[in-house]
Amino acid sequence: MYTRTAFLNKRKCVGKEFDVKPEIFFLLPFDSKSGRSWDSNEVKMSVELDVFVGNTTIMDEEVYQLWLDGYTVNDAVSIRMKSGILEQFGTTEDVLESDTMDHYRTFQMTERLLHHPSKLVNQVLFQIPPHRQAMLIERYYAFDEAFVREVLGKKLSKGTKKDLDDVSAKTGITLKSCRRQFDNFKRVFKVVEEMKGPLVENVQCNFLLSDKLARDYAAIVFFANSRFETGKKKLQYLTFEDFAFCACQLIQNWTVGAVDNMVEDMDVDLDKEFLQDLKDLKILITDKDMLDQHKSLVCTGLRGKIQVFNEMEGNFKNLSRGLINIAAKLTNTKDVRDFFIDLVEKVIEPCKADRWLISDVRAFLTQYTNSARALDGFKHQAVWERYMCVIKSCILKMYHD
Amino acid sequence: MPGKLKVKICAGRHLPVMDRASDLTDAFVEVKFSNTTFKTEVYPKSLNPQWNSEWFKFEVDDEDLQDEPLQITVLDHDTYSANDAIGKVYIDIDPLLCSEAATVICGWFPIYDTIHGIRGEINVSVKVDLFNDLNRFRQSSCGVKFFCSTSIPKCYKAVVVHGFVEELVVNEDPEYQWIDRIRTPRASNEARQRLISLMSGELQRKIGLKVLEMGGNAVVGYLQCFDLEGESGLVVRAIGTACTLDKISNTSAAQLPACNSPSKEIKESPPVHPTSHGCRSTHNSPIHTASGSRLTQSFSVSVPTLIYTGMGSGGSAGKDGGHLKTLLRQQTQSALEQREFPFFTLTSFPLGFLIHAGGVVSARSVKLLDRIHNPDEPETRDAWWEEIRQEIKSHAKALGCHAVVGYSESTSICEEVCILSASGTAAVLNPKFLQDGCLDCYSENRLSRQPTFFSTGSEKGEFDFFLQSKDSSSMLGLEDTSPPSCGFCHIPYDELNMPFPAHLTYCCNCRRQKVPDVLFTTIDLPIEAAVTGKGCLIQARLCRLKKKAQGEANATAISNLLPFMEYELHTQLMNKLKLRGMNALFGLRIQISVGENMLVGLASATGVYLTALPAPGGIQIAGKTPSDIAYEQHISNIQKKINDTISRNKELYEIHPLEISEEVIGSPIPEPRQRSRLLRSHSESSDEVSELDLSHGKKDAFVLEIDDADAVEDILSLLTDAPLPTGFYSCNTENMPGIHNWTSSIQMFTTVRVFRLNNVNVTNQGLNKCFNDLCENLLKSLYFKLRSMIPCCICHLNFTVAVPEDELIQVAATAVAMTFDKDQSQEILKSNTAPMKAISENEEQLQFPMELSSDSPSVQTFPPSKGTGLLENASPQTIQGTSRATSVDYSSFADRCNSWIELIKLKAQTIRRGSIKTTPSLDKASPLAEGHLRLRSTPSCTDSTVTVVKMTPLSFIPGAKIIKYLGIINMFFIRETTSLREEGGVSGFLHTFIAEVFAMVRAHVAALGGNAVISYIMKECVFMENSNKNQAQCLINVSGDAVILIRESEQEGVPIQTHGSTNQTPQSGGAPVS
Repeated sequence: MYTRTAFLNKRKCVGKEFDVKPEIFFLLPFDSKSGRSWDSNEVKMSVELDVFVGNTTIMDEEVYQLWLDGYTVNDAVSIRMKSGILEQFGTTEDVLESDTMDHYRTFQMTERLLHHPSKLVNQVLFQIPPHRQAMLIERYYAFDEAFVREVLGKKLSKGTKKDLDDVSAKTGITLKSCRRQFDNFKRVFKVVEEMKGPLVENVQCNFLLSDKLARDYAAIVFFANSRFETGKKKLQYLTFEDFAFCACQLIQNWTVGAVDNMVEDMDVDLDKEFLQDLKDLKILITDKDMLDQHKSLVCTGLRGKIQVFNEMEGNFKNLSRGLINIAAKLTNTKDVRDFFIDLVEKVIEPCKADRWLISDVRAFLTQYTNSARALDGFKHQAVWERYMCVIKSCILKMYHD
Repeated sequence: MPGKLKVKICAGRHLPVMDRASDLTDAFVEVKFSNTTFKTEVYPKSLNPQWNSEWFKFEVDDEDLQDEPLQITVLDHDTYSANDAIGKVYIDIDPLLCSEAATVICGWFPIYDTIHGIRGEINVSVKVDLFNDLNRFRQSSCGVKFFCSTSIPKCYKAVVVHGFVEELVVNEDPEYQWIDRIRTPRASNEARQRLISLMSGELQRKIGLKVLEMGGNAVVGYLQCFDLEGESGLVVRAIGTACTLDKISNTSAAQLPACNSPSKEIKESPPVHPTSHGCRSTHNSPIHTASGSRLTQSFSVSVPTLIYTGMGSGGSAGKDGGHLKTLLRQQTQSALEQREFPFFTLTSFPLGFLIHAGGVVSARSVKLLDRIHNPDEPETRDAWWEEIRQEIKSHAKALGCHAVVGYSESTSICEEVCILSASGTAAVLNPKFLQDGCLDCYSENRLSRQPTFFSTGSEKGEFDFFLQSKDSSSMLGLEDTSPPSCGFCHIPYDELNMPFPAHLTYCCNCRRQKVPDVLFTTIDLPIEAAVTGKGCLIQARLCRLKKKAQGEANATAISNLLPFMEYELHTQLMNKLKLRGMNALFGLRIQISVGENMLVGLASATGVYLTALPAPGGIQIAGKTPSDIAYEQHISNIQKKINDTISRNKELYEIHPLEISEEVIGSPIPEPRQRSRLLRSHSESSDEVSELDLSHGKKDAFVLEIDDADAVEDILSLLTDAPLPTGFYSCNTENMPGIHNWTSSIQMFTTVRVFRLNNVNVTNQGLNKCFNDLCENLLKSLYFKLRSMIPCCICHLNFTVAVPEDELIQVAATAVAMTFDKDQSQEILKSNTAPMKAISENEEQLQFPMELSSDSPSVQTFPPSKGTGLLENASPQTIQGTSRATSVDYSSFADRCNSWIELIKLKAQTIRRGSIKTTPSLDKASPLAEGHLRLRSTPSCTDSTVTVVKMTPLSFIPGAKIIKYLGIINMFFIRETTSLREEGGVSGFLHTFIAEVFAMVRAHVAALGGNAVISYIMKECVFMENSNKNQAQCLINVSGDAVILIRESEQEGVPIQTHGSTNQTPQSGGAPVS
């Protein structure tokens, strides 16, 4: 004899069902059994099931942020409570918990769509107004400064992912949030790595991000691809923004795309020919005459114009050697990785030691670049300009405490 | 060969990966209709296949066209084994069969699978060529339009309202067939989805046939439900109101001004007043100079029978009124009685249709289910409903009413016990609107106004309703002489021969007719009704334990409990109403659900202060044993709390009725003018009651007597309803009394909660407290969730309770939150004379009840502070306080039970419980129905290039105008899972499922070319789980009307033809089409 719940009793292994794994995985402890309960006189009552679904999906930005930050439902509830929301709306913890759960579920269901933002726009399951969609995407792909500094330039591999708990411990960012951010980097990287066309635009088209965020991702992808070292102690004072700026300069001037804009990997890889050509600049330090001439031109130009003239004069050869050596070594992948360390060690630190002002640095670099043109026998003007304009902007960006 | 169905499969997108090796899918599509199947080519290795198939053509009977859904199955081709089904789409092609609805269905449909949910979408185009012309259908009823909304659809006018149609079909439930032992649950669920789809189609066709027989062309207020009776089968039943609708095509000049404001139109043609007949007009003068044109209505009102007995000590109504009333009743009855059931599922009506509302009538009956032996002859179920309807009809008669409006039916099933319920509002309808026969006799008769007038005409007893036109308005009958703002409150029965003792007073509005002190109805508040302040949602909640039992014993136990439950629910409603300082309930819905060991009752209604009804008294607590000082103290504390609550509520809902000069009701707590008793104790007879009443003389405070601990509890529980957070209002009706200036932002939502009672030894009291808490909590949650919309009103907030298992209570609600402009509302209330600019429509709406009720300009001089006050100009007329008391007469139940049992000892074991009559009245008129869309709100709906589909349980969307109805949406889904935990537990599972249902509804509407669903309801949500096995299953049934909306602002630019007509014609162009 069947009962109303017959379906449950007779359920068997589902035939030849191709068992696609469930599309939504709930990682959080959504154990409904341990849900809210309360005593009411002698009767105990617990909430077994509790859902709220709006035709237009309701999303609270605050809760979204808590979710993105990787807080569990319970943590999120207590954080929200501290904000005084209970008093403000005269409600109870139960209500807050139920609301938070609803939001968390919604976000979890949206998450797989957020992995492919273009799907979010075409999906039918949630009716979300366009500006909300943009907000969801933007915030989902936003990252923490502290986190990105840890990961920037590292290989986006499983190995790195395994180390995320260290990153989490170090930065105080929840592991869940670290994973999300890492996965975002990796996902963007994989999608745009092999694409033709400008990197920023590719990121923007595929992930529907704002300009600013797309540029940041371009930098992250660029750094990850060339594996620039950013984690050394000497580089700790630099912000992500500094690196992003430099990346942008590098992408615009030193990649293949700077010359030809329809090549694969155009923006991701440095222009090999250019790197090769940089070797020719060595003449500036190997040719004694040229070095002296260069020095005197710079000194003439700067006399009376910078406070640290003497220090500059004394240090010119070292600085010039440092700059040119960096250029000459860039054909080695290993040295490319050390690009920023070299800049700091060879240029920025010596200048800082002599208490150069940033205006002094600017004046020097300008003069240094321009004077080379006037050198007899220096025939690499184009390469020189292409090299120095990036170096100059990078150093100026990085020249701070 | 009456029809050719053409289907084209264009493309798919977002398909799931079916082949893990390639991470791709080789998809093809099977298109099946009736017994014919076509297939597309396999589109290999793609998740976004482009089939671009030819047009598949099915040549089919129109009968099949109506019954069968189009089945589209998407499969993954597999060379070596059977093809895997990815999912299905069922398309109801009914909208294509009606020329005025959609012409093509074309769009992206979610591919749905009962286990995996939505798996990508498929683009399909469907067309139908109908070969035959309209008159040839006999088996089929193609072309009959169906509407879920319970008011006349906006772009139509009702030429004739034919009346009640009902039908039911039964079948075996596939889940309980023998084959179900060997097939997968998935196959079984798909069979159920298919079957219900088929049965719905068949049912709709059969109803359509009945409508055609009656000469109609549409069903309004169509409500289809299914009963899962388990082993005994599956019943799909539907009720509705057959109408002849005319698409409004406006040409008349009169409509032009009306486009701006419906209310203006009303001003221009005050249908009612001065021209009417001599005998009435005499009433104009002496008393109300100010409101000269209000004519008397000799009807008075009623109160819930069960609960109250009142002393009818008020002055008697005019004799002539009584006489005329009798006359009227004869006329209309003769017309109505030719119909088997003079029932209307509508809840709002064209202006002037409803004359009086007599009160709520309801009937319940407990049945034992047995197997349906012959699905082709569903007589048993038919007979059951027939009995219920008969009872409703007789109750209505007892209330002096010839019709029932706002009628609905429902069931609650637990194992083999089934409670059938029906309820409605007894009403007197306008003979002008009820006239049988054709236009000719209408015009003839309206001139001569002969009593015989109504007996002419067709045998069918149809009602023609003529929406107000200028010429007809002057001809309106006697009944119309009462001002529309209060007429519906007047009692329909003979005061000297009341069906039950009631407490009557003169109408505070017109001063001529009797009204009851309290009015309960199941319909919406008529738009023309004069209301003071704002309305609010009132719920009564109750649980009763029941012993587990089987069969007849169980049924007996349940039927014994029912009257007590109804009584208590009414008591609670009444007390809560008083506590809010209100005097009428609209949209009353009482639901009683049966579980194995308990019964749960939930009554929801929208409370309102009707200006026409007397101010409610306060609540006074009386202790039984005044010996103890501490006890006295306690009592007075409670009393104080209650008084505070009442005055707070009056502030909250802005209830500041105009005072009648003589009697000071002004203080927040009314002076006890007359006292009546609500006697809680069980044994008290009505005799005692009246004695007590007499002894108390004229006091109108409501006395709650505390005679035991229970009573204290009950009283305290009254006070536990949490106050509404600032900025929130709620109601369960279509219109929120007192709020008119909607802005365009809406948020429809569905919420479901299931609670488990953990304690085995529960008492009724503990259980009640629990249930109460959970409802309150749910409300609190809603307020919190929707806080960003403040100021807003949650409309159509109806809870549905079920007891799915032992110790489980499920509460579900689908409602809409709509924002409104707060400042404006206040402004309007404060000064109704102030010129308003942009949104003057709102104001006009607010004003027009007054304007209707008063011809003379003097009325306009009402003190501005009293929003809708109609009274204060009245000369100090004494309203006789009459004492009211309450009692329950259970004996009548018993009698009915006995006789019933004797009568029906047939196949099915049935036990019948007596029914309950409650009273109130109401009337709904067209300005509301026609006008409110445009009245509400102004600004923006966000424009998006994506098809945004709005959904609402109401029949309108603020700030937008419905320009076309595309057909009914009626969808049934089953979802199951064998990986409950992985999908987020029960909540995650249901959350996903509800979101999927919304998505599928939206997709179907968009494919029909629409951009909104109105009158959306979730009729069924049956959830079952087995956490131990990691399994769950849920069935959801939803319905609504697909429509095309345009924004109000756009509309102004649109040629007037499209929209102006909608508002206007119903009122002005009433000429019936013959």
